[in-house]
Amino acid sequence: MGGPALREKIEERFGGRVLDGGAPDGMQTFLVEPDLIVEVCRFLKEDPDLRFDFLADMCGVDHYPEENRFEVVYHLYSIPFIMRARLKCRAGDPPKVPSVMNVWRTANWHEREAYDMYGIQFDGHSDLRRIYMWEEFEGFPMRKDFPLKGYKDAYNPFGEE
Amino acid sequence: MTDVTVLTENKKPGGRTQEVLLNLGPQHPSTHGVLRLVLEMEGEIVSRIDPFIGYLHRGTEKLAEDFTYTQIFPLTDRLDYVCPPSNNLGYALAVEKLLGIEAPIRAQYIRVMMAELARLSGHLLITGALPMDLGAMTALLYTMREREMVMDLLEMISGVRMHTSFCRVGGVREDLPEGFSERVAEFCQVFPQRIADYEKLLAKNRMFLKRTQGVGVISPELAIDMGLSGPNLRASGVDWDIRRDSPYEVYDRLDFNVIVRDGGDCYDRWDCRMEEMRESTRIIEQCMRDMPEGPFQVDLPQVAFPVDKELLQRSMETQIHHFELSAYGFKVPKGEVYVAIEAPKGELGYYIISDGSEKPFRMKVRAPSFVNLQALLGGATNMDYLADVIAMLGSLDPVLAEVDK
Amino acid sequence: MGILENRFRDNVFFSTVDGIINWSRKSALWPETFGIACCAIEMIAAGCSRYDLDRFGVIFRPSPRQSDLMIIAGTVTKKFAPIVRRLYDQMPEPRWVIAMGTCAISGGVYNTYSVVQGSELIVPVDVHVAGCPPRPDALMHGILLLQEKIQKSRVLRRDESEEVIMVG
Repeated sequence: MGGPALREKIEERFGGRVLDGGAPDGMQTFLVEPDLIVEVCRFLKEDPDLRFDFLADMCGVDHYPEENRFEVVYHLYSIPFIMRARLKCRAGDPPKVPSVMNVWRTANWHEREAYDMYGIQFDGHSDLRRIYMWEEFEGFPMRKDFPLKGYKDAYNPFGEE
Repeated sequence: MTDVTVLTENKKPGGRTQEVLLNLGPQHPSTHGVLRLVLEMEGEIVSRIDPFIGYLHRGTEKLAEDFTYTQIFPLTDRLDYVCPPSNNLGYALAVEKLLGIEAPIRAQYIRVMMAELARLSGHLLITGALPMDLGAMTALLYTMREREMVMDLLEMISGVRMHTSFCRVGGVREDLPEGFSERVAEFCQVFPQRIADYEKLLAKNRMFLKRTQGVGVISPELAIDMGLSGPNLRASGVDWDIRRDSPYEVYDRLDFNVIVRDGGDCYDRWDCRMEEMRESTRIIEQCMRDMPEGPFQVDLPQVAFPVDKELLQRSMETQIHHFELSAYGFKVPKGEVYVAIEAPKGELGYYIISDGSEKPFRMKVRAPSFVNLQALLGGATNMDYLADVIAMLGSLDPVLAEVDK
Repeated sequence: MGILENRFRDNVFFSTVDGIINWSRKSALWPETFGIACCAIEMIAAGCSRYDLDRFGVIFRPSPRQSDLMIIAGTVTKKFAPIVRRLYDQMPEPRWVIAMGTCAISGGVYNTYSVVQGSELIVPVDVHVAGCPPRPDALMHGILLLQEKIQKSRVLRRDESEEVIMVG
């Protein structure tokens, strides 16, 4: 089952609420609103002709200085049908997206990483806390307005003031 | 470094029990790097595991937004540091897809051969380190002896034992040296017998079997739901290998088997890797046999340095392109790409968004060990004792630089 | 050594005793297994059969309380820095530190928000072994240099450069 058939199935089920993002690198991309994301993911996982049972990757992107700067990108893979798809979801500012932990268990740490690096809140996540930086760290490092070398302290004299 | 915090105390007939919090700290001989596990324990029984990671978070992704595309190759090397050449391959494929170019056939064979040498190097380390965690130290000394042979081959090609950075966008840095095919043929002849030696040491050893068989069983549905990939997934019975299902480079011309086991316990994961080493040796032999003569780099002056160095002295245009490439880097058209390869640890994916300049807008690395480590959070059966947790951790094969990026 | 340390003037007897103490210390340097990142793999390779470190008396100990050498092999991040300091404090004296690899010496290629730019900012370092990663031979050279440094150190004898001359 290839890209066009996948597009038709999404069109049939969700109508105009899920936009087609084209296929920039051969991978079918869909633009989804945050309140629909869990429903779309569950449909893609459980539909017998699609069976996207593997969440390959989930990440945050910061499109600073655009208006709606934060985005969450999901990469899905179907093991039985050898098919890939991408979902993109703009999260707004302050960023808030429902959690897909109940659809795929692997989303747990991916969401914690997106929270730690970008500050994107995931509603419904059981244990949203920092994963890479230490608990008392302030700021979200991967945002475009956070300096690469961090702020000056005893450990890094090259940081910004 | 172990601290003990008491959680609850129960007075029962026959004695008093305590539920304690045990900190298996970041510095520990068996945690394969800087991993901290906080275990809630009742005596020897572990009821909950909470991994703390991030002690090696170096900011690779943020640094990649500040480096040109060629400068990122050394950063990708240092992600999975036991098998660097395969990380390079994934990244080179992603950038080539963005540019819309393909490396010449000889370069593809060289890159596949280096990726399989990397697979050997990675599997040799973990098949020796898992028994060492369980107490059998001899196995590590044997596998490291073969690993030195693999590193000699890598050093012959690229000059460096570990962080080779040999791939470039559009091919490889240099052609293979003279005398290399004889050394590789020698290695491929000697190596299968050594794998048989390791199996003689461990595969029928009753203590090793008792510690690993039936321990940490992961069912296929749980493995897919948790996002496991690579040997961890195939040991649970799921038949998925990116090299066979979505072939990249020259894997569609090579003949190899995909190793699947159906137990899902620690022993099956270890056994899967042992067999994969045999398959990798076969792939290396085929690569050396089938490699055609030809260029080792694509002939595009905007992207790669000129192959014929004499041209630099004769042609002004070549000099200008060479200067621009060294000083600024090449521009990549706007777009985004996600490319996944079968790294030794699992599915290694690179998601690169380009905004038309010489530096990536966003680079995300889908690290297989980051996802594999989530298997400790719960769901695996028969992992009651602390000793079983150590065996499970060794069989999952996490590399902390990849987990922490 | 307690009250005997740095007490006596230079003479034949104490120089010989110092020589014997230093010889015994340098011939049995026991590092703790403290690999952090990529350099740890080369440290393990240095300890295995080809570049055998055991012939220099080096045996890897799991606990810092039983070791006298700390080889910082890999990038030290800000999250991990307090733990490095704690491990250094747990080691009994005499203790030495080798910073292995450019990340441990100066942060390496990682000049970012989460990496300590050199372990000198946390613990005093005796020998720097450069490389990314340094070959096992380079690490062995570093250990031999440390052994030379230990052989020249003054244990019982007073350190003449610090002597304060009192007049009057």
